[in-house]
Amino acid sequence: MTPPPLGMLAELTHRCPLQCPYCANPLEMDRASAELDTASWQRVMTEAAELGVLQVHFSGGEPTIRRDLLTLLAHARDLQLYSNLITSGVTLTADSVAALRDAGLDHVQLSFQDSQSAGGDHIGGLQGGHARKLTAARLIREAGFPLTANFVVHRQNLARLPDMIALGEAMGAGRIEIAHVQYYGWGLLNRDALLPMPDQIDRADAVVAEARQRLSGHLVIDYVTPDYYAARPKSCMGGWGRQFMNITPSGRVLPGHAAETLTDLTFPSVRDASLAQIWQTDPAFERYRGTDWMAEPCRSCNRREIDWGGCRCQAFALTGDAAATDPACALSPDHAVMAAAMAAPRSDDFTYRRIGGAPAAVTPP
Amino acid sequence: MTIEATIPNFATGVRLREDKVRGGWVVLAPERVFVPDEHAIAILQLVDGRRTVGGIVDALAAKFDAARDLIATDVIAMLQDLTVKGAIRL
Ligand code: SF4
Ligand code: SF4
Repeated sequence: MTPPPLGMLAELTHRCPLQCPYCANPLEMDRASAELDTASWQRVMTEAAELGVLQVHFSGGEPTIRRDLLTLLAHARDLQLYSNLITSGVTLTADSVAALRDAGLDHVQLSFQDSQSAGGDHIGGLQGGHARKLTAARLIREAGFPLTANFVVHRQNLARLPDMIALGEAMGAGRIEIAHVQYYGWGLLNRDALLPMPDQIDRADAVVAEARQRLSGHLVIDYVTPDYYAARPKSCMGGWGRQFMNITPSGRVLPGHAAETLTDLTFPSVRDASLAQIWQTDPAFERYRGTDWMAEPCRSCNRREIDWGGCRCQAFALTGDAAATDPACALSPDHAVMAAAMAAPRSDDFTYRRIGGAPAAVTPP
Repeated sequence: MTIEATIPNFATGVRLREDKVRGGWVVLAPERVFVPDEHAIAILQLVDGRRTVGGIVDALAAKFDAARDLIATDVIAMLQDLTVKGAIRL
């Protein structure tokens, strides 16, 4: 029997007031009319708790846009699920934050696009967005929530990494998450605008090392050197179908949030089967679970149960073969594509994430 | 104030709950799950924001019919370790 998942990402909606060009949502987003209703989400959470899920991350799009968020949070609390709200913060008010508290929310992760308004509003595509996030951070802390400040970093904002860390400290975050853009979906579409330069990555590694030492025991910094610059890949989601499941707004169940980019797999829906059935028996979950699917060099590699061969979505996006070794690995025969992307000419222009905003035919670079 | 007089509590956003599916108890924290061992569970079950460290030691000494100073050493070490990990506030 496959051990049960620890966590579930509940993408309540793809609707969002922001339009970040690296958004993890798919190029083809679910419209509001396709979203699961309240009762379905409640059933899904009940099934998740019975299956062994301990933590639920309410995400989107912007999860606070769902009118039934408080009902869903209360349901999570009744099931003893640990609830985390992943929000851009721009919709929050003192009253709505108090209501989140009363509904039993455990933790808030607030995302930032930059350390200052000019960059933040430009990347997020929402005038005044950054200022609203700063207000949200204050309201969240005043309500007594533990706070994680999330900064997505790329070539156009990495110079301000020290300011981002200082901002996280100043707002009283218990954790700061510094996440490099992941290059599939919208991120891949905008890669030439966002992929950092090698010297920026070296500097970022040093900035984080210094800050970690200075803030040790007081504030945790989550940071991973990006794939395009690493010799070995990261374990993606702790391994395919091992710890985590992701539910899309319309009810598709995925092993990771970008899995729908794997166009040769069909993912199950909560409308057709229980989460337990899906987790234990669905062929898409079985496909890359464990190590049996691996070819060389992963098959005989001593890291195969550490990184599980890296990210299937990245392998597919960059090699066209989802069962290939993640090209982030220096042992991959395709590893040169990473260096080629790092050496490619850059541009500052990007395509904003909008429903229907992706070019009709997206040719992978 | 001596350590025995302090009142330990879970850090904000951290809680202990039973994990009926896997069996045992877990500490849930922002983006993390700790799986405490049996000793730690016995201690954490007594952390309620009212009992002092000394009170926890008394309760465990009575429960396990063990020497109080041995228990005290264990309890204090455990709570200090979990404080460093950010799960407990002393
Ligand atoms: S990444 Fe940006 S656009 Fe995408 S859901 Fe988050 S805030 Fe909205
Ligand atoms: S060969 Fe495969 S298992 Fe080994 S380090 Fe590279 S990606 Fe990981």
